[in-house]
Amino acid sequence: MATLELEVAEEAVSQPARKGRRLGMLFWAAIGWMTFVFAVAVFATVLPLPSPTDMDLLEKRAPFSAAHWLGTDGLGRDELSRLIYGARISLVVGLCAPVIGLTVGGALGMLAGYFRGRFESTVVGSMDVLLAFPPLVLALAVTAYLGQSIFNLTCILGVLGIPAFMRVARAATLTLARREFVIAAQALGATHTRILLRELLPNVMLPLFAFFLLAVAVTIVVEGSLSFLGLGVPPPISSWGSMIGEGRESLDVAPRLAFMPAAAMFLTVLSFNLVGDTLRALTDPRQGAL
Amino acid sequence: MAFFVARRLLYLLPVLIAVSLLTFSIASLLPGDLAYTILGDQATPENVAALRRDMGLDQPIWWRYISWLGNVLQGDFGRSFRTGQTVLQAVAERLPVSIELMLLAQFGALAIGVPLAIVCAARSGGPFDRFMTGTAFGMLSVPTFLSAILLIYFFAVELRWLPATGYVPFAEDPAANLRFMVLPALTLALAEWPGIMRVLRSDMIATLQEDYIALAKAKGLKASRILFVHALKPSSLTLVTITGINIGRLIGGAVIVETVFALPGIGRLLIGAILTRDLIILQGVVLLVGAGFVIMNFIVDLLYAVLDPRIRHGHA
Repeated sequence: MATLELEVAEEAVSQPARKGRRLGMLFWAAIGWMTFVFAVAVFATVLPLPSPTDMDLLEKRAPFSAAHWLGTDGLGRDELSRLIYGARISLVVGLCAPVIGLTVGGALGMLAGYFRGRFESTVVGSMDVLLAFPPLVLALAVTAYLGQSIFNLTCILGVLGIPAFMRVARAATLTLARREFVIAAQALGATHTRILLRELLPNVMLPLFAFFLLAVAVTIVVEGSLSFLGLGVPPPISSWGSMIGEGRESLDVAPRLAFMPAAAMFLTVLSFNLVGDTLRALTDPRQGAL
Repeated sequence: MAFFVARRLLYLLPVLIAVSLLTFSIASLLPGDLAYTILGDQATPENVAALRRDMGLDQPIWWRYISWLGNVLQGDFGRSFRTGQTVLQAVAERLPVSIELMLLAQFGALAIGVPLAIVCAARSGGPFDRFMTGTAFGMLSVPTFLSAILLIYFFAVELRWLPATGYVPFAEDPAANLRFMVLPALTLALAEWPGIMRVLRSDMIATLQEDYIALAKAKGLKASRILFVHALKPSSLTLVTITGINIGRLIGGAVIVETVFALPGIGRLLIGAILTRDLIILQGVVLLVGAGFVIMNFIVDLLYAVLDPRIRHGHA
C-alpha cells in the first residue's frame, strides 16, 4: 500500500513540468473569461453603466440599443448592467463560500489525517451526518429559517462544502504523513505545529486549491438554483440565477432575457470546472483517467 | 453477508438519530419563533405565550426533542397549521410523482450514458470518444434549471410539441401523464448521463485490457457480444456506487425540476412550505427526505456488497 502511494506521489511531482506545455487553448480561454468576469465585477461601480435597479416602464424588454447595449428586462432595467452586477453576487458567494469550506474543512482534514485515532473518527462521523442530507434540500431548509441574505447564503453554502474539503485534505495528508520528509522532520524533533504548517500544508495546498476551483463552480450553480427558485439573494439585487428565473416568464416574447444570464453562468461554471479539472489532473494522476 | 448487513445496520442507527437531531435543531435553534410565524403580525404577547404553551414550546429543548422523536416514531410527524393536512398525508400524496420522475430520469440517463460509454470505450482515444468526453464535461457545467429553460424554450415554446407545465396522474390517463413527464425527466437525465458515461467508460477501458477479453477476441466472438456480455457487467460496479452518491443530486434536481414544470411532487411541497412558512411541513419533509436518502444509500451499499464479494470481507 505504502509503496504504491509513494510511486504515485512521486509521479505527481514530475508531472507538472511535462504537462505544463499541454495546457491548451481551452485552459487559457477559461482563464481569460474568468479574469474578464472578475474584472468587470470588481470595477462595476466605476464602469459607465446605467443603474441596475432603475426601472423605466416605457422601455420594457427594449432591444439592443446605444443607451442599453443588451436591451432592458421586463421592468425596463438595463440588462448589461444587471448582468455585471449579477456577476458580483455569483462571484462573491461563489468565492467566499468555498473559502469557508477550504479553511475549516482543510484544517479538520489535515488534523484528522495527521493525528488519526479518535479525533479522526469523530470528524469523519460528524461529516457523514452533514452528507446525510441532499445538499440542496439542507440549503433550502436552513435559508428558510435564517432568512435570505447574501451573508446567510454564503455561510450555509460554505458549511455545506466542509465535508468535501475535509475528505480531500485528509486523503492527501494520510498519504503525505508517511513520506520520508515528514518522518525526517519528526526524527529531528519538529513540533506537530511545525510539521503541519511547514511540511504538510504546502503539499496539501495544491490538491486543495484544485478542488477549491471545482467547489466554486458547484457553489455558483447552487446559488443560481436557489436564486432561480426565488430563495437565494433577496429581490432588488440581481443575480444570474434570479435573472434566469425572471426571464423564464417571458420565454415566448424575449427569450434572450433568460439566455444571456444563462450563457454567462454556463461559461463561468465551465471555466472554473475546466481550470479546476486541469489542475486536479496535474496534482492527482490517479484520477487522471477520468 | 449477515454479519456485513448487521454491521452496516449498526452504523445506520446513529446516522438516522443524527439526521433527526439536525432536522430538529434547524427548526428549533435557529432564530424565528414558530408561534409568531403562525399568529402573524397581529400576535399579542398573551396569544403568543398561550400558543407556545399549547405547542409545548415552553418546555426545555431536550424534552421537546424527545417528545417530537417519540411522535415521529409512532408515525405522527405533525400537521400543517395552514392546510390542516398531516405531514404523512401530504408526503404520501406527492411521493409517487417524485418517484416516477426520478425513475424515468434515471432510466433516461442510463439509456443515454451506457451506450455512449460502451461505444467510447471500444474506440477510446478516437475522434468520437474525444468529442463525447468533451460534451460530457461541458454538460456537467449546465445547471439543471438551465437545461430546463432550454428544453421548455425549444420543445414547448418554439416547436409546441410538449406541454411546459402541468400534471395528470398516471392512473387517470397514462399517455397524458407521460407527455407531461417527458420534459422534466429529460431535464434530470441530461444532468445525470455525463457522470454515468464518464465512470462506465473509464471502468470499461480497464476491463477491456483484461486477459479474458483477449481470449474472447481470440475465440472469434463478435465485438458486440464481447462488449455487452463479457465486459459490461464487471465494469458496472463503480456505476452502482455513484448511483448512491447521485441520489442526493437527483433529489436536489427534482426539487428544481418539479418547481419549474409545476409537478406536484415532494420538491414542490418543500418549496411551497418554505414560501408559506409552513414550518411543520418543512420539518417533516426535510426529516423524511434525509432519512429516505440515508436508507437509499444503505441499500446501494448492500447491493454493492452483493455484486462485489471483496466489500463484504472488508478490503476494497
